[in-house]
Amino acid sequence: MLQSLNPCQEKSGGFCFENSRRNAVLESSLSDVSSKAPRARKTGTTIAGIVYKDGVILGADTRATDDMVVADKNCRKIHHIAPQIYCCGAGVAADAEIATQMMASNVELHTLNTGRPPLVAMVTRQLKQMLFRYQGHMGSSVIVGGVDVTGAHLYSVYPHGSYDKLPFLTMGSGAAAAVSVFEDRFKANMELDEAKRLVRDAITAGIFCDLGSGSNVDLCVITAAGAEYLRGYDRPAGKGKREGQYRYKPGTTPVLTKTQTPLSLDVVDATVQMMDTE
Amino acid sequence: MAAASMMPIFSQNVSSNSDLVPEWSRQEVSTGTTIMAVEYDGGVVVGADSRTTTGAYIANRVTDKLTRIHDRIYCCRSGSAADTQAIAEVVSYQLGFHSIELDEPPLVETAAHLFRASCYRYREELMAGILVAGWDRRKGGQVYCVPIGGMLVRQPVSVGGSGSSYIYGFMDSNYKPGLSKDQCLDLTTKALTLAMERDGSSGGVVRLATISEDGVERRVILGDQLPKFSTH
Repeated sequence: MLQSLNPCQEKSGGFCFENSRRNAVLESSLSDVSSKAPRARKTGTTIAGIVYKDGVILGADTRATDDMVVADKNCRKIHHIAPQIYCCGAGVAADAEIATQMMASNVELHTLNTGRPPLVAMVTRQLKQMLFRYQGHMGSSVIVGGVDVTGAHLYSVYPHGSYDKLPFLTMGSGAAAAVSVFEDRFKANMELDEAKRLVRDAITAGIFCDLGSGSNVDLCVITAAGAEYLRGYDRPAGKGKREGQYRYKPGTTPVLTKTQTPLSLDVVDATVQMMDTE
Repeated sequence: MAAASMMPIFSQNVSSNSDLVPEWSRQEVSTGTTIMAVEYDGGVVVGADSRTTTGAYIANRVTDKLTRIHDRIYCCRSGSAADTQAIAEVVSYQLGFHSIELDEPPLVETAAHLFRASCYRYREELMAGILVAGWDRRKGGQVYCVPIGGMLVRQPVSVGGSGSSYIYGFMDSNYKPGLSKDQCLDLTTKALTLAMERDGSSGGVVRLATISEDGVERRVILGDQLPKFSTH
């Protein structure tokens, strides 16, 4: 009666865990030689979304990290699903990217089949069913937001497949920093400018207070009329301006004494090596 | 059938370390919870807190853990948020289909059995404690308890979730058979408040629903309106 794991059963796609034991052995032997196995690139991220008077505003930072190194200073974390449904992805970069691309394809096919524009709830349902099927191994946390015939909606979906529907949401490593801004200043039915400023401030909080988030703020404003992707809406963490010069004019430091000692050297061997300048 | 394929192919977890991403963002979302359901003559009262946590971070402070399965059947979810949401969706589908086949409203007992079937079949992989409660014409108000592991038992009153441990004494001393609807609501509100005070994984607002022949009446009691007890 009980479900049993039979590795000999045919796999119908998805993840294959046959090599996990071999990988564990390899990883432990690699650590003996003190070199690390390659790891999936995570977007330690700040993503946020709010529902305002006329629709939804999504925001994201633009830093992609590879452990402690910034792999991409200006990556896109807000993905297009449908003309009026966008998705912010956090977690493992590849997983978030693929999940959103699959949703976009499904939505396009659905629209062609039914002749109707998609619902945000539909995207959320397909996404969460797919993530649940992979039991958290697809490490993508996603905020889905958009406007459809029933109105403006905002959902968050976690890697294990749970979802929440709320008027404001934040996810990623900078979520705690961003949500504090929302908890302080969010109001229902805000005007566009106030709402944009709020999302910008929330993402900025993530950029400054979280190591995994940085660079610029991207915004996406979605209304019944359409979506406006504001790439690089704000650049709070610019390169600092140099305050002073470290070059001094010759003669700034007075010369007190000068001693010259010639060294007699003989040329022993002269070789020429051509540089490969192709 | 189609619904069964929604259940994933289960396998072991492979964990990874990363300093940049905080611990709580890599943990599974859980409804560390307090849920409760009480039968009265003519219906049931269900109640739940509203906190969903990922580790020590509250992912949603206004969660609705009272999920509609059918017009007069609700379930209270505790345990893993993903697991319980998925199971509830599967059971809603199965029950809706069954109800169309029967051409009459489904029985609460049927819903409870469907929950038990999924929870028991995949008991190794799921973490879900569910209370199924509702009203039907055959047996009136009923509460069924489907805890982790997949047992099924009908009880006149049942509590569940991590916060339930703190209110067993309160329930044993304050519940009597034959309570009226308002007394049940009052009992549920007090019990949930007491649990929320003591359990770190429960909190937020108290969500209540009354299910009877006339329909479902939902209400929310916000944090500042909760009953106050003398210890604080």
